[in-house]
Amino acid sequence: MEFKLSEEQEMIRKTVRDFAESEVAPKAGPMDEAEEYDYTLWDKMAEMGLTGIPFPEEYEGAGMDNVCYAIAVEELSRVCASTGVLISAHTSLCAWPIYAFGTEEQKQKYLVPLASGKKIGALGLTEPSAGSDAGSVKTSAVLDGDEYVLNGSKIFITNGEKADIYVIIASTDKTKGHRGTAAFIVEKGTPGFTFGKKEHKMGIRASSTYELVFENCRVPRENLLGEDGKGFKIALMTLDGGRIGIAAQALGIAQGAFDEALKYSKVREQFGKPISSFQGLQWMLADMATRIEAARLLVYKAAYLKDQGEPYSKESAMAKLFASECAMWVTTKAVQIFGGYGYTREYPVERMMRDAKITEIYEGTSEVQRIVIAANLLK
Amino acid sequence: MKILVCLKQTFDTEAKIVLDENGKIERQGVSLIMNPYDEFAVEEALRLKENQGEGEVTVISVGGQQTQDALRQALAMGADKAVLVDPGDVELDEYSTATILAKVISGMEYDIILGGFRAIDDGSAQVAGRVAEILNIPVVNMITKLEVADGKAVATREIEGGSEVVEVPLPAVLTAQKGLNEPRYPSMKGIMKAKKKPMQKMTLADVGLEEGQIAPKVKAISFSLPEPRKAGKIIPGEPAEAARELARLLREEAKVV
Repeated sequence: MEFKLSEEQEMIRKTVRDFAESEVAPKAGPMDEAEEYDYTLWDKMAEMGLTGIPFPEEYEGAGMDNVCYAIAVEELSRVCASTGVLISAHTSLCAWPIYAFGTEEQKQKYLVPLASGKKIGALGLTEPSAGSDAGSVKTSAVLDGDEYVLNGSKIFITNGEKADIYVIIASTDKTKGHRGTAAFIVEKGTPGFTFGKKEHKMGIRASSTYELVFENCRVPRENLLGEDGKGFKIALMTLDGGRIGIAAQALGIAQGAFDEALKYSKVREQFGKPISSFQGLQWMLADMATRIEAARLLVYKAAYLKDQGEPYSKESAMAKLFASECAMWVTTKAVQIFGGYGYTREYPVERMMRDAKITEIYEGTSEVQRIVIAANLLK
Repeated sequence: MKILVCLKQTFDTEAKIVLDENGKIERQGVSLIMNPYDEFAVEEALRLKENQGEGEVTVISVGGQQTQDALRQALAMGADKAVLVDPGDVELDEYSTATILAKVISGMEYDIILGGFRAIDDGSAQVAGRVAEILNIPVVNMITKLEVADGKAVATREIEGGSEVVEVPLPAVLTAQKGLNEPRYPSMKGIMKAKKKPMQKMTLADVGLEEGQIAPKVKAISFSLPEPRKAGKIIPGEPAEAARELARLLREEAKVV
């Protein structure tokens, strides 16, 4: 058993941490406040190759493993969870299914610009009445000549409106339920494809979350991703990998809040000494650090299994479940350690606590993760 | 164009310095980085190569095996090869390091040698100048701008109260000051490529030196930590009175006004 990161895994951590601390951290608070992302950061990340970490070089990826990818998302999320989810949704939810299920033509046309960061990606799965029950999507796709005609809407779409390329899950045959679904690659600007409401959220407020609207949107038949009938399966497999990204995001949020709390506890004085000298607080710090370390091992293990080509559905669900609950718990404690100051926007832990909550909800709620884990245990 | 960059691995700028029981600086558990001034030098070397459209950037360091991390970072930024001279467990001063570097460099082809003007740890700003002296080539210190053409380098350097433009024939040693450039982050592809790039490891014997030839000329007698910063003083009272009191203290106690 080897618990040591490889040389390039260590190097990606150092590099992304340097970048995150110097370039991203100063903008995290203001971007949250403005509910707007500064996409000059995207351009910098694209230049560094952070937009296509786990894809082969022949598709303009970095050719790195999924552990590297998890480390990068973790380090970005440590200072800015909105940046973490921007990379995670782009990479895991859009570029990955195209890489895994796309034809060579689709990879050249869509994966290459996604991996190089020339284009941003998103996944359209959730609908008003199809959340955890993702198989019951109502958005329809009807073949008409050489085109599919899409009608319906998607909600809560991460990177919505800002993304250029969307993977959309739609129903091609309502009588077959989730076996009658398909995945499509839809470009922004396709006639009939527009954006509805922008969501105003509790956390990850710099991340763009939009409704997608399809009204007689004609998508070329060659943009069918994978086989017709396999849409739901593609979505589930995509989410298995996406969970590693969100678990890494949650891990990063927890680590970021812990680092802030640790630093503050050493300088904040009450009763004439630093609050870190009080045992009650020391125990909090010890519990926080222990949970974070446990979450990290689960996240890296899930990524490692994916790299080894072994099944990782259960492990990625465990990692996502544990890391997201860890993030919520640790950020709540971090605010507690900061006391009244922690509740204000003067310090980043307030933002981190708001950001943590979403990790228990999106890409499968904690309840869905437990269903996935139990289903794996009982099969 | 053959470009050499001398770099040093130093303590992280945020590292907490403590002394061990022998009064020496404790190195255990301290995170290490590439000396930031050397990072400017690496960046300048890469830009030179890119502007010239051809060339080779070799990074050289004297240090222990962990120094490979700093060299690897330079390779990930885009340098072509690295040379590490590990002198073993011996005391070094600026003379020793410069002697080793000059000896290695004298066996290599080079058009220009770059380095940081000083290292952030000992801050002696001597090594690059000594290397130039041993190699008998010009040195220009603290440059903030560099242009290279037709076998000459034109560099802008900081001087007291202004700047100076200097032209030197190549080969020459030039040392980087803050402001020369903004170093790039290693790219992910760069990180992947770095592990395949050559890293030549040498001992003193490989370089052709014996311990006696690099015996330090300077001996550090003792180290001491700076006085911890004293807590600030808060002057209570009404603003006008407090300001009067502040002015009095600045004049009579601190004697700064």
